[in-house]
Amino acid sequence: MLIGQEVLRIMDLEKSFGQRVVLKKLTLTVRQGEVLVVVGPSGCGKSTLLRCLNGLEPVNGGQIVFGGQYLTDPQTNWSQIRQRVGMVFQNYELCPHLTALENVLLGPVKVQKRKKTEAMAKAEHWLTRVDLWDRRDSYPRQLSGGQKQRVAIVRALAMDPEIMLFDEVTASLDPEMVREVLDVILNLAKEGLTMIVVTHEMAFARAVADRIIFMDDGRIVEDSAPEAFFRAPATERARRFLNVFHYDDIHAPNPAKAEPSKDANATKAEPSKDANAKAEPSKDAAKDAAEGLGPAKGGGAP
Amino acid sequence: MLDSALSVFRMGRNMARLMEGLGVTLEISLLAVALSILLGVPIGLLMASRSLLAKRSLRLYLEFIRVMPILVLLFLFYYTISKFWNVNLSAMTVSILVFTLWGTAEMGDLVRGAVTSLSRHQWDSGRALGLSETQVSFYVVIPQAARRLLPGVINLTTRMIKTTPFVYFINLPDLMKVGQQVVEVSGFRNPLASVWVYGFIFLIYFVICYPISVLSRRLERRWHN
Repeated sequence: MLIGQEVLRIMDLEKSFGQRVVLKKLTLTVRQGEVLVVVGPSGCGKSTLLRCLNGLEPVNGGQIVFGGQYLTDPQTNWSQIRQRVGMVFQNYELCPHLTALENVLLGPVKVQKRKKTEAMAKAEHWLTRVDLWDRRDSYPRQLSGGQKQRVAIVRALAMDPEIMLFDEVTASLDPEMVREVLDVILNLAKEGLTMIVVTHEMAFARAVADRIIFMDDGRIVEDSAPEAFFRAPATERARRFLNVFHYDDIHAPNPAKAEPSKDANATKAEPSKDANAKAEPSKDAAKDAAEGLGPAKGGGAP
Repeated sequence: MLDSALSVFRMGRNMARLMEGLGVTLEISLLAVALSILLGVPIGLLMASRSLLAKRSLRLYLEFIRVMPILVLLFLFYYTISKFWNVNLSAMTVSILVFTLWGTAEMGDLVRGAVTSLSRHQWDSGRALGLSETQVSFYVVIPQAARRLLPGVINLTTRMIKTTPFVYFINLPDLMKVGQQVVEVSGFRNPLASVWVYGFIFLIYFVICYPISVLSRRLERRWHN
């Protein structure tokens, strides 16, 4: 995959909710066509980072430069930026009163003021690609979680974004639906779409990432190639984090030999904790992190 | 049988008076319901807002109206306040005022519930698409809030209409009051008068309220699909 010029630069980004500092002078660069996967315990600031990039959260300090434009400028036209930065949420957040197709058309027609026929052609293209063109007239409640999330991805893609942000998009899905969503993202990555993916699916992270960003307590602790990160994490903190996804096989003669990645596709039940962060600014980051280390749902232990 | 029924309504101006009574009932109901819905929306949005002062004071208002029987409110405004401040409010004005106070409080609480039950993420996802705040309200929030609001608003409307006969106690000749007067006068000659008159009144309330609840069921079903 061809990695091109820099599209996004984050410098000394700072963000806090009340007393609680969530991002601590975070610096990061994303290049054209690059797939960044951000991993880390809950409450480490992953989701907040994404939300700062499209202005859903105002930042407290530092700079974000996107396509040469300073997003930290108070004059930023967010509506215009958000058309170029697609975002997909954990809980799909489709409009329940609109059909799949109407959800997809909302952005292109209402925001970008495109012609209905042109927007329709694009919607058909993308919905066909995720095998949901047949379901275009279904309402979200008539779709499975995996189907809803694919519609949500298409809704963001229909705007022709330059970069996509995926915020734990499989965290609310039943394990058997995780795959259909991740395959869509994997294919987009293959085609060279620039993206930042926050996920707890370690096997997927390994497969899709050009770079793994490991965050803890509002800082980037590691920024490395996926193979290096998963085989030999450089920091003790990352090692401990990766161990969460690994279960010792009680039947194995030598449990130490078990491969950590085997159990990596554990889906973690995490009710959008970052979303609550604002409502509970006093919530202790360390406690959040500890919760994130809890037992994994749908985990690998047979 | 039919003759006995018809004779009650044919006697004197009975039918005309009943219709005048119906006019009073409709005037109070329609005005109070319309005003309650109009005023309840901003009140509800304030109740859902971050302003602690607005929230607390509106909560107090809502609780006050809720615990107070409508009859007490009617008496309070009609007899007490007019004496106290030496203003003379007509029974009609007091009725509309009291019913609007009640309806606005209840409507405000319904709006507050509908707005706060929408997840903050619905706002976020709309904004993330590039929609402006107004567009998010218009295309995402209001259609959903309206759907959640509908059953409660219909319920409130029919409850308000059904409660209007209380204005009888401040001598406003609404449908119920007129009906009672007609029965009192005709009862001597026609022992079945009360059956016919109250039956007729029952029918009228049914004819007013039933279409509203049918309409609401229709809308709910349409929105469900």
